[in-house]
Amino acid sequence: MLTWIALVIVVVMLVAAVLVLTLRSFVAAVAATAVVGLALSVLYVLLQAPDVAMTEAAVGAGLSGVILALALRRLGLWQLDDGDAVVLKPASGRAGAGGDADA
Amino acid sequence: MPMRDIASLVFSAGLLFLLLVIGAELALGHPDMRVGAEYLRVAGPELGAANIVTAILAGYRGFDTLGELSILFAAATAASLVLGHRRADARRDPPGGLVLSAGADLLFPLLLVVGIFIVVHGHLTPGGGFQGGVILAAAFFVALLANPARTLNHALLGWIEGLAGAAFILIGLWALVEDGHFLTPLLPLGTMGELVSAGTLPLLSVAIGLKVGAELAGLLAHLADTEAPDR
Repeated sequence: MLTWIALVIVVVMLVAAVLVLTLRSFVAAVAATAVVGLALSVLYVLLQAPDVAMTEAAVGAGLSGVILALALRRLGLWQLDDGDAVVLKPASGRAGAGGDADA
Repeated sequence: MPMRDIASLVFSAGLLFLLLVIGAELALGHPDMRVGAEYLRVAGPELGAANIVTAILAGYRGFDTLGELSILFAAATAASLVLGHRRADARRDPPGGLVLSAGADLLFPLLLVVGIFIVVHGHLTPGGGFQGGVILAAAFFVALLANPARTLNHALLGWIEGLAGAAFILIGLWALVEDGHFLTPLLPLGTMGELVSAGTLPLLSVAIGLKVGAELAGLLAHLADTEAPDR
């Protein structure tokens, strides 16, 4: 039983890892790396290594995903398919930011 | 053959050689390789920590942990040096929507409690200073994500980080004076499983947790604070 669960998790990890390479959207690729980390942490729990699983979930899935996402934003690559989702409204109370409506 | 191909060939050959040497030198089955079983046998009575992983990380391998902390410190310092500047007129992100702000309000206390629990119970339950510290950093970053106009107090974070790191080293030096070995666990062990037990291990765990938490929170805040290029 445990073997089958582990097998499913490994397949999920492999699919997500291949998706990281093939996805055209950077945002989706970052999400896929987080999926790899999360699945790996479940695998660690199954292997009875809760300490490592916690580190993997916190760092591999959470922190590195956030850092990659922030780096995307810094590089100006944070684009969703339907235009730009970051600039929904002009920044509040900032003069000169009125013309921010994205074309 | 172009220079680049030759360089990659040489590099691959060197890597292969190194791997072969490591494979040949591995003393599989040798007593040195069975140190894990010895830890399992000795760590409980010797250090009084219910969580053997923390016992090894802070008790037997405290110096390695100090090395990890220094690497993290160097990385966070470098990142904040590079990223710590911001044009005065740079555009800030708008506040997050309803889902993000409500979620952040709900998650913040939960993450805080979980993080503190994991740090303080480092010697009893799975996890320890590092894991709890990351969760604490995440708690503060989620709040920052919901409202980017809010800023973290970087001076305070620096103080927490510095004091926690100094506390870790001071505990180590205290052990050096008392026992002759850097970072040897001191203090009475107490009863295994109680909150106040396992000597100095919980203190080291708290120091690691505060240091990692403050460092990562500062790093994430710096990263989030850098201006995105205008398009």
